[in-house]
Amino acid sequence: MFKIISNLIIPLMVLGIVIYGIRQRVNVYDVFIEGAKESFEMVISLFPCMLAMIFGINLFLKSNALNYFLNLLKPFFSYLNIPLEIIPMAIMRPISGSSSLAILNNLFQEYGPDSFIGRVGSVIQGSTETTFYVLTLYFGSVGIKKIRHALWVGLLVDLIGILVSIIIVGLFFQ
Amino acid sequence: MVNKIWAFFIVVGIIFFLTTGDLETLNYEILNSAKNSFEMVTKIFPVMALWLGIMNIAKVSGLLNKISNILSPILGKLFPEIPKGHESLSLIASNIVVNMFGLGNAATPFGLKAMKSLQLLNKKKNTASRSMITFLIINTSGVTLIPTTVISLRMMYQSKHPTEIVLACILATTISTICAITIDYLITRRR
Repeated sequence: MFKIISNLIIPLMVLGIVIYGIRQRVNVYDVFIEGAKESFEMVISLFPCMLAMIFGINLFLKSNALNYFLNLLKPFFSYLNIPLEIIPMAIMRPISGSSSLAILNNLFQEYGPDSFIGRVGSVIQGSTETTFYVLTLYFGSVGIKKIRHALWVGLLVDLIGILVSIIIVGLFFQ
Repeated sequence: MVNKIWAFFIVVGIIFFLTTGDLETLNYEILNSAKNSFEMVTKIFPVMALWLGIMNIAKVSGLLNKISNILSPILGKLFPEIPKGHESLSLIASNIVVNMFGLGNAATPFGLKAMKSLQLLNKKKNTASRSMITFLIINTSGVTLIPTTVISLRMMYQSKHPTEIVLACILATTISTICAITIDYLITRRR
């Protein structure tokens, strides 16, 4: 059901926009090309931001530094009754969508998608965003250097989202 | 703040690598990031061109304006600085709607267009405006209602009910988005 709905949204959007355009007597072909041309400019301004971000994140991830920090935080999380297995994924989620998805994949392999850990991981992945990626990309594309409180509020909200996910799964599936 | 975090990633990353003594991987990783990011851009590029084209039809035909007029009572409250009927409102709305259906790739061009349009209204060009921050905080709080990737991954691992987490996701997203809007509102009001 959900799959059908989400598979329909893009075709219907395209269909609706083109039909509306024809009815308003717009030269849809010319206008489409004109719009698509803008992508060059956008991609060129995006590339340096992406490069910087991937460079920094990759070095940090591959260096194993994350495990070191996790060990420091362990007592804190076990005090809060948060399953330790979920922590690496929760930390990666705001930084990199593909790595947190890879960790989720491992969690499914090890504990199964219908276990408590599997469900918490699913909800975290499904209900939060890659804050770092979005902020660097969006602000970078228009050349904004001072982002004020955007980052820390974004991360705080991710933390709230993660805690809420754990609580909700605990309540829903007991 | 991005400055400090970026420097932190690089300094900590390299120092940790040096302590492990795995210099070959370190060298490989440094050079490989460039290739990775280029591949990522080439992946996004065609999708972006396509959507920017489609979106331009929506813009020229006046559809975007129509959408933004319908949504302006709600969005006007969240973004008081944007003039009524401004195209950025409809771009923001499209970005959020497409994101809700878990179509992140298709949502990005709308979001970037929205930022561009907000930048035109921005007085200090190197500093984020209030509307930009509100928009991105809503965006990063996660507005996905149907997490398509997670559902398909659960199916792959033979979950008995791959979609059972959807309701929990919607609830978690709603709560965190409400928190995001509230925190942002409290901060901007104090200033």
